[in-house]
Amino acid sequence: MISREDVAHVARLARLALEPDELERMRAQLDGILAYIDQLRAVDVAGVEPTSHAVPLVNVMREDAVVAPFPQEAMLANAPDRVGELFRVPRIIED
Amino acid sequence: MSAPAQAGWEVVIGLEVHAQLRTRSKMFCGCPTAFGAAPNSQTCPVCQGMPGTLPVINRTAIEYAVRTALALDCRVNAGCRFARKHYYYPDMPKNFQISQYEEPLAEEGLLEIDIDGAARPIGIQRLHLEEDVGKLLHEGTLATAQASLVDFNRSGVPLMETVSKPDLRSPEEAAAYLRAFRAVLVYLGVCDGNMEEGSLRCDANVSLRPRGSAGLGTKVEIKNLNSFRNVQRALEYEVQRQAQALEAGERIVQETRLWDADRDVTRPMRSKEYAHDYRYFPEPDLVPLQIDRAWVDAIRRDLPELPRARRRRFVAQHGLPPYDAGVLTQSRALADYFEAAVRAFPQPKLVSNWIMSELLRALPGDDERAIAGAPVTPERLAGLLGLVQDGTISGRIAKDVFERMLRTGQDAPTIVAREGLTQVADEAALAAVVDRVLAQNPRAVADYRGGKTAAAKALVGQVMKATGGKANPGIVNRLLEEKLSRI
Amino acid sequence: MTIHELAEAYRRGETTPSAVAEAHLARIAALDAKVGAFLTVTRERALAAAAAADARWRAGAPRGPLDGAPLALKDVLCTKGVRTTCGSRILEGFVPPYDATVVERLEAAGAVLLGKTNMDEFAMGSSTEHSAFGPTRNPWDLGRVPGGSSGGSAAAVAAELAAGALGTDTGGSVRQPAAFCGVVGLKPTYGRVSRYGLVAFASSLDQVGTFARDARDTALLLGAIAGHDPRDATSVDAPVPDYTAALAGGVRGLCLGVPREYFGEGIDPEVARAVREAIETLRGLGAVTEDVSLPTTDYGIAVYYVLAPAEASSNLARYDGVKYGLRTPGAKDLIEMESRTRAAGFGAEVKRRIMLGTYALSAGYYDAYYGRAQKVRTLVRRDLEAALARVDVLVAPTTPGVAFRLGEKADPLAMYLNDVFTVPTSLAGLPAVSLRCGFSAAGLPVGLQLIGRALDEATLLRVAHAYEQATGWLARRPALA
Repeated sequence: MISREDVAHVARLARLALEPDELERMRAQLDGILAYIDQLRAVDVAGVEPTSHAVPLVNVMREDAVVAPFPQEAMLANAPDRVGELFRVPRIIED
Repeated sequence: MSAPAQAGWEVVIGLEVHAQLRTRSKMFCGCPTAFGAAPNSQTCPVCQGMPGTLPVINRTAIEYAVRTALALDCRVNAGCRFARKHYYYPDMPKNFQISQYEEPLAEEGLLEIDIDGAARPIGIQRLHLEEDVGKLLHEGTLATAQASLVDFNRSGVPLMETVSKPDLRSPEEAAAYLRAFRAVLVYLGVCDGNMEEGSLRCDANVSLRPRGSAGLGTKVEIKNLNSFRNVQRALEYEVQRQAQALEAGERIVQETRLWDADRDVTRPMRSKEYAHDYRYFPEPDLVPLQIDRAWVDAIRRDLPELPRARRRRFVAQHGLPPYDAGVLTQSRALADYFEAAVRAFPQPKLVSNWIMSELLRALPGDDERAIAGAPVTPERLAGLLGLVQDGTISGRIAKDVFERMLRTGQDAPTIVAREGLTQVADEAALAAVVDRVLAQNPRAVADYRGGKTAAAKALVGQVMKATGGKANPGIVNRLLEEKLSRI
Repeated sequence: MTIHELAEAYRRGETTPSAVAEAHLARIAALDAKVGAFLTVTRERALAAAAAADARWRAGAPRGPLDGAPLALKDVLCTKGVRTTCGSRILEGFVPPYDATVVERLEAAGAVLLGKTNMDEFAMGSSTEHSAFGPTRNPWDLGRVPGGSSGGSAAAVAAELAAGALGTDTGGSVRQPAAFCGVVGLKPTYGRVSRYGLVAFASSLDQVGTFARDARDTALLLGAIAGHDPRDATSVDAPVPDYTAALAGGVRGLCLGVPREYFGEGIDPEVARAVREAIETLRGLGAVTEDVSLPTTDYGIAVYYVLAPAEASSNLARYDGVKYGLRTPGAKDLIEMESRTRAAGFGAEVKRRIMLGTYALSAGYYDAYYGRAQKVRTLVRRDLEAALARVDVLVAPTTPGVAFRLGEKADPLAMYLNDVFTVPTSLAGLPAVSLRCGFSAAGLPVGLQLIGRALDEATLLRVAHAYEQATGWLARRPALA
């Protein structure tokens, strides 16, 4: 059972502002999905290697060569808020 | 540091050093890594974390990390992979950092440092690669700013994190470790070691334990130690703070503190995330690395001579005192300078004296760029010493010439010729000056004849003064002696 | 007309890329208000590309069979200078400064890109109801969903608003809408097609796929987009075969595996019957069939709904209102701005998956969820690989049922279970194609799924082509005005 506190904690980690009713609905839905996922506990995975990649590749690298960066304006064009050449964000209060 | 408050406590310090690697391009994209460009002018969709972009590993960054790992006697893991480390911060464009977690590039090494003339090995726990974050500028200070500004130029620059074991026992040892570590990186050519520009950054974990105890006390992490001086001062402060707290029967709180260099204190940071929950998982956009034997061996073959080895060789091969060897090997550029000068003027101790007294008076010996770009090149220093050796100029004049060489970037013969600094060695010309000086100083002559041989020194001085210091002192002495004995 | 028919018509001078582009744009203008396939129509860009294609065909020097082909792109593929929304408010107004590799490759082949198609937000969904910009409807029955998440692309091809389209498939997002809309939908082997410029949902599963009206067009599209891309470290550096040449040869002697678990309870009898008949048709063409068992099939959904949300929670962390896209105004500090922007910008399904994924990765749960799911993923992969070591191709239904009504699957888990036959292949990274194999009594298309060995798309297309040639299903078209 996932608790309301767990859901609130996860919402903080994920930076999602959830309304109280949304939180409860989310709790119930996550609970249902997690219960379904719990069937994996029954699978014997002793000695089984995890799969992170479907295709077994290794050592894919690029040479250390400079490619011209994108024009400054192109990289700032989507900014929701900016001051000249810089992105602007509201003040940072660490929690 | 010998405050009574810590007499009963042993200091335990471990350092985490972040070094920007001197690759041409960034860790996962082709953007340049140069420092000081206009904000957001060295970015692309990849290092700005735009939707749809993918990272590709820079091979040279891997090689630089392996090179460092070998120099620190680390075990280079045959398999390693990247992982995503999650936390929200606006200077980190994807809100995760591509780093390494369970399978770092290298582990279990050591770095020897010198403490009171004795070598002491400091353990290295792990070495891994990650991407740097951008830079935040605050409108005002962090505490009072209404907004912050973000520049992503630095985002994605390769960063190598090396974590020491908690083997350091004093702030001095921590500073010595950092110096030794920096020297290794600079020798290897993997990092420019520039702390002011943030190429090298240091965090420390500090705890105290009762002397004789084997356990570890509660550790405090200190951030923002961005110069050698700050490392030592911050740790001295923190050791004192913890010792006083423990003496007063208080408990140490596990926390992260920030060194405030303006006020000379460490102060607690408001914790970045209530609980650090980085939610690491293997980076699905990158495939694992297999660093095989052949690759490691090839990198090992190209390793340059490291500072400690070079220092030993300077003593053995050039017959230098260990002190000189230590000073001259503080940076790769300085050691290279010395050896180049000795090749051109094979009198090592004399060259060493000149470097230590003259060159290092003008330039910081640990500044690779300054030394490598010194206006007086090793060849020109050798040329200057040659002029002294063949009697063209005196040693005293040579020091003036050296300063002019530094200022003008010209070589010694040019300056000596232009300024007419050649030693006067013409006996006839000097004899005339000596006669004049004797005539003008009857008192000194009388003193000399009365048995005060010291008066001769004053007369030599007068001759040198009259020739603007250019007279050959040997000839002046002989002429004076001859003439005085004849009077 | 199909892409290959258009190329033939261009060659003969019967029509021009510009005329065909205009006709498609006109059809979009006339019909798309009903279907809702497109989010953005790039009229100017399309007509400019068509005019250039006209000149090449006129000069007798086309770039190939895709030159002048009118195509659509799922709005999850980045297009330089053209807004790319992923069906989400949080990316409303985002204009990428670069093109996805597949977009570059299609344009290099001369394709005329008509616009960007609707999708479930960030490709999370199986119905295209979860788009922030409204649903797409199934051209065969406007009261039903087109499937998802690439529902806009599937519907555009089915409704002949585009000759072909690209979509993306993470757990079935190309094959399932292809089945629902009765078109050919191919999910290539993971790594076969570059993901660069594909806005990530679940990086270890996402793959660009194609929608077309037949196997030959599918071969043309795949041939244009497949191949190594140095910008995608997970892209496979292997030669790209001539898929069109590989269409010939028939199925005689091929061994087709019929997985028992794909015909169990929960499958619509109409779907089961159509698929069984298709298998009989293939036997009639000379293929051999063999019953196989894939015992881990039932775990696929559970594995998928750990891994995909976990990766999604990470990939979607970047949408924070700092660099691009939506920012909710008026927040007093950064955390409030980010939390409110994400709350306002993401829809319910995306939030649910971000929450699920964040939870699965959080301290103390990693081993129980993510770690374990990765291991079961290995078992699912081994199952499929073992079966494909014995048979050439697996033959199965694409979905348990035909297209459902809008709003019919309100419960998230019920929606997830719709992916039961497509997810295992995604987990194994194998190629699979869905093609039309009949209709339900209500006139809705049924999808036949062919699953192949890694990098063996050619055999899948060969079987699909042989089947199409032997049956008349492709003649039927949706009755849109």
